[in-house]
Formats: sequence, structure tokens, C-alpha cells
Amino acid sequence: MLRCPCQVRHCARVLGARVVVSRSFADFTPQASFDIKKCDVHRLEEGPPLKAELTREQGLQYYRIMQTVRRMELKADQLYKQKIIRGFCHLYDGQEACAAGIEAAINPSDHLITAYRAHGYTYTRGVSVKEILAELTGRKGGVAKGKGGSMHMYAPRFYGGNGIVGAQVPLGAGIALACQYQGNDQVCVTLYGDGAANQGQLFESFNMAALWKLPCIFICENNQYGMGTSMERASASTDYYKRGDFVPGIRVDGMDVLCVREATKFAADHCRSGKGPIIMELQTYRYHGHSMSDPGVSYRTREEIQEVRSKSDPISMLKERMLSNNMASIEEFKEIDVAIRKEVEDAAQFATSDPEPPLEELCNHIFHNNPPLEVRGTNPWVTLKSVS
Amino acid sequence: MASSLRCFLRTGKNAVSALQRREFHRTLPVAVQVTVRDALNQAMDEELERDERVFLLGEEVAQYDGAYKVSRGLWKKYGDKRIIDTPITEMGFAGIAVGAAMAGLRPICEFMTFNFSMQAIDQVINSAAKTYYMSAGQQSVPIVFRGPNGASAGVAAQHSQCFAAWYGHCPGLKVVSPWSAEDAKGLLKSAIRDDNPVVFLENELMYGVPFEMSEESQSKDFTIPIGKAKVERQGNHITLVTHSRYVSHCLDAAAVLAKEGIECEVINLRTIRPLDVESIETSVMKTNHLVTVEGGWPQYGVGAEICARIMEGPAFNYLDAPVTRVTGVDIPMPYAKILEDNSVPQIKDVIFSVKKTLNV
Repeated sequence: MLRCPCQVRHCARVLGARVVVSRSFADFTPQASFDIKKCDVHRLEEGPPLKAELTREQGLQYYRIMQTVRRMELKADQLYKQKIIRGFCHLYDGQEACAAGIEAAINPSDHLITAYRAHGYTYTRGVSVKEILAELTGRKGGVAKGKGGSMHMYAPRFYGGNGIVGAQVPLGAGIALACQYQGNDQVCVTLYGDGAANQGQLFESFNMAALWKLPCIFICENNQYGMGTSMERASASTDYYKRGDFVPGIRVDGMDVLCVREATKFAADHCRSGKGPIIMELQTYRYHGHSMSDPGVSYRTREEIQEVRSKSDPISMLKERMLSNNMASIEEFKEIDVAIRKEVEDAAQFATSDPEPPLEELCNHIFHNNPPLEVRGTNPWVTLKSVS
Repeated sequence: MASSLRCFLRTGKNAVSALQRREFHRTLPVAVQVTVRDALNQAMDEELERDERVFLLGEEVAQYDGAYKVSRGLWKKYGDKRIIDTPITEMGFAGIAVGAAMAGLRPICEFMTFNFSMQAIDQVINSAAKTYYMSAGQQSVPIVFRGPNGASAGVAAQHSQCFAAWYGHCPGLKVVSPWSAEDAKGLLKSAIRDDNPVVFLENELMYGVPFEMSEESQSKDFTIPIGKAKVERQGNHITLVTHSRYVSHCLDAAAVLAKEGIECEVINLRTIRPLDVESIETSVMKTNHLVTVEGGWPQYGVGAEICARIMEGPAFNYLDAPVTRVTGVDIPMPYAKILEDNSVPQIKDVIFSVKKTLNV
């Protein structure tokens, strides 16, 4: 009969010996099937499946990713309040299931673009916590050498990080055009918020993407508020998954990483099979205000925030699912938490001690593949150098 | 009203809170300390009260009290009809504002920053600026586009651009750039009362700065004429021409230079278009030296225009040295503090340029 790990440890204590508890992985359920919320569909015969398979390894990985994003954002909050991060800082805590679920469903060779609430995606697309925090603190070790800041972080197949509301959507459609043009079977995930959902350039993008059957997954991360304005006060229709009209859409529980993953898989298959674009609305929530200069409680109640935290937190939900199906132990989660805490602490340490970029960097990166050029400084006697 | 309290505390024993009601008779004229933010708020409040055709629309202007709190209290006072929260759709709501202006209203269209006005710039130029001309005088567009312009602190490349030169380039627009609280109040009231499209370029870093406002400027009929510059400081050796936040830089530089016996005349442009060339010429004909100071990029900028105009007019013959332009560095705005600080004119840049121009 297999003993559970706590029994083994108890034996070890009683015997007075220091025993390294060898956790028998046969103790844990290796894979389970979970019911996920049905997605509302628009112009589709059927939606994503109602069940999601989850292996132990996947579960721990999703947990790790979401918890890392969570802790990283909370660290950014702390650093901002210490005035070590300045300017704009839009935090993602609460929405982790979206970034984690999407990344779990696409390939590293696929493309992704989002707006300014981008730290989570920067991480899931492969940039380390260290490079993200160092970019936020404006140091030379930052992913954009400190020149971009919070809203302008990039990585291969990750096109930022965009500061102008809605502008990233035509860009995403364009990336999808390039995928189709090059025949590489890749898709572009193009994210925007409920606030951006009313922008004209979105509808222009939907039209062209549909006309030309671009492999573009348009995803509306609906966190219910566009800065301080609730969706009802901004949108004549809040069925964001239907707003593409002739573009099919699905509405997804954005707090459930499995739901997001299954929906994204469904959407990616749709695009890759040449059917054209598709819209996903992820119903999610942000715990922080719009940015660090918004307390986030003048347009919504603390009770509402607390209710989402206690009933729908994406990380808690995954953890509880795995624990109640005996897919992992509380100790394992604690160990992961400790490791993440250390990773984030080390990253913050780097981000606060790394030097600022040197002044020689000031004018570089104006043009690509260009011979060096001279740049006018603040007055005619100052000429600075710019290299590609 | 935290910002008023802050300005009260900052400015010492003679400061009077801007909230103090002027209901009792005072025997002596009283100047009060008012922040630029509160001055703008007062201007809009007074004009909304004066003319019911005036209304304000923009993102977060109503229930949020304004992204930068400039419209604080206005929605509470005037309600949904006069203070309108829009979705995040600049092209759309700027066009709606222009249409409303064409049909008899007097809208104030707020851009959360002028960076976002680029989404709507077709409406500003093609629908607002050119219409009176295209219609041979039949259709006027009495609209004000206002919001913060230029660099802030750490907001990076897409949020730091100065649009003075862009809008200043276009006939049919008036372009205003206030510096002080009096400028802000008087010029905004004039802009709202003007029957033409006015682009009103504020500055986020100036919002919280308190200035003494004369008693005259506290009157509800106080306006400052658009198109007239102001000499903020008299001097004989060199003319500094500037606008917005850089007026402060120039005055600070002038104070330092005065200790070395160099007396600068500082001209606050107040209006970018129409440019008050005469005030600049009068000054240059006295001082024989000119330095322009602006936050925007150098190429095709405000300073470049001033240089051209001086060269084309009588003041050219009075110059003892070429005009010097002090401008932002010709790059997108970097995020890191050390880089950002070196991307915009500092007081030391103004001092250096003055001395080089004077060859001292």
C-alpha cells in the first residue's frame, strides 16, 4: 500500500532519523480531466470542448508561470511606491490565467502583440523576470536597455508593449498577413482591452482580416474597466466577442487557465485551417487600478475586488483543483512559491543595483542597418553620435 | 483639495489658500497662490457658467474628475449634459466635437495627452482648421482642443512628444501654450470665447505649480489676448524666447547669469500661432542677441520658425551673432532617467547657450 508523504515524514520523526523524504510520484494523480465553463459562441457551429485534460507537470508549470507573474507584478508595485520605478506602470495581477493559458495553447513560433498591460506577456514570451524588472527600473540590463520602459518591452515573436490604445490591433493583423504571405502556418495573437474595443481601427482590422482570411486571433481581455470607465458606460454593446460582426467569436472564462488554453487551441486551429480570423473575449479582472497612479477604488468598490480575489483568483483555482484531485501536495506548492520569491527577489536586487544605461546609448537605435549618423543635441554646439 | 493644501504649505506665510472665498470686502488688493491646474479649472468653470453652449468632453473628464484632475468638480456641478465621458476613441469623439461646434455649440475637447491627438489629427486639421476657409466664411468652428503636451517624467517615447510645431504649421488654427496660472486661466478663457479652432497646449509638469495671481486675474471677465507674447523679465544683453515649462528654465538661467552680470530678457510666447514676432523683434533690436528655448525637436520647430522670421524682418540687422536654438535632442524620448534628463533642455544648457551666443 502506498503511503502518502506525510505518513512517511511522521515515521521519520518517530524514528529520530533525518530521512530525506523521497516523494513517490506514484502517489499523485498524473492526469485528470476537468469540466470547464462552456463558451458562448458567435457565428460558430460549436465552441471549444467542455473538458480539459491536465497533467501534473502541466499544472505545476501553469502554477509556476502564474505565480511568477503575480509576484513580479507585486514587486513592481513595491518598487514603484519606493519611486525606483517611475512613469507609467500598468499591473497585470488578477489576469494571469490569460497570459498563461494563451501561451500554453500556442507555439513559441507563433506571434503575440498586446497593449501596455504587458509585463505578464513579456514573461510568457520568454523574457526573464530580471530583464523585465531592470527595464522597469530603467537600467542597462533591461530588455530594452532601459530605453523603452514598462510599455515598450520586446522579444522575438513578441511585438510589445504598445502605448497608444488600439494601435496594436492593426499591427497584429499585419503580423498575421506576414504569416500568411510567408506560408509558415503561424498565427498572431492580437490582444486589446474592453476600453480599446470601441476603437475604429479595430473594426478596420476585423474587416481586412476577414476579407483576406488572415490567421489572426483577436483577443479582448475584458477586465470590465477602461481606466476609470466601466464597460457599460463606454460600450453600446458589451458582448465583445460579437463585436466583430462577421468575424466568429467565443466568450471565455478568463480566470480559468484551462478554459483559456482550450479556447486558444480552438481559435488557433480555426486560423491555421485557413478559415480566417476569430475573436476571443476573455472575461477577467485586474486587482490593481488602471495604473499605479489610479487607486482603483473610485469607480469600483473594495468589496467587488475582494469578492473576485476570494472566489475567482486564477492561481488559487488551479491550486485547489490540483490539490483536491491529489495531483500535487501543499508542500510542493510552497516550495515553488519559495523558489519564485527568491527569483523575484534576486531579480529586484539586480534591477536596483544594475547601472543606468551609459550616455553613449542616448542617440543609438534611430535607424537600422544605417551608417553612423550625427544627432543634434540640446544646442548647436552639441553633436551626438548615433549607431544602428 | 490636496493640491491647494500642498501649495499653501509650500509657499509660506504669505500664501492664501485658493479655496478662500472672496465674499468679504478687502481694503487692499490681494494676490492669491493658485496652481496651474486650479487656474484651468476656474477658467472652464467660469466659461461653462457664462455660456450654456460651452461643454467639455473627453476621457475620464466627468466621473473620474479628469485624468490629471483638471476638471475636478465640474461634473458634480454641471452634470452629464455639459461634462461628457467618452470612450477611448479619439478620432470619433474629436470628430463629434467638431460637428457639435459646426452646429452651434462651443465644445472643449480634451485629449488626455496630445500624443493621442494624433489619432484624431485629421479631424483637427481637415475638419476644424480648414472649414472656415473652404466655406468662404459660412461655417465657423468655435472649438478648443486642450490637454497636456510635451515631455512628462518617465513616460517614454510614445507619451512625450511636443506638438507645438505640428499644429503651429497649420493655417486656420490658433495654437496657445500657457506657462503660468494667469496664462492658463486668461488664455483658456480667451480660447473658449474665440470663434475659431484653438489648440491649447498645457504641460503636465506645470499642473501642480503654484503662481501668484493678481486680483485682476481673479475676475470672471479676465482674459489674456491670444497672439501676444509677454516679457517676463527685462534685460539688455540677450533675448530668450520660450514657451510653456521652459519659461521657468529661462528665468532660472537668467537669475544665475545675472550674478555674472549678464542680463537676459525673457519672453514668454504664450501663443505659438499667430506668433508675436513684433515682441521678439523689439527685444532683439535692443539686445542684439537671441536664444530660443523649447522642449520639442529641433527640425522644423518653433525655434526654427523664429530664426526664419527674424531673418526676414528688420531685427536681422541688429543681430550681433546668429540665433541659437535650444531644443530637445533629436531622438525619441528614452525611458531611463539619466537618458531622459539628457534628452530635454536643462537650465545649464540655456546658460551655456547664452554664453556661447554672447561669446563670453
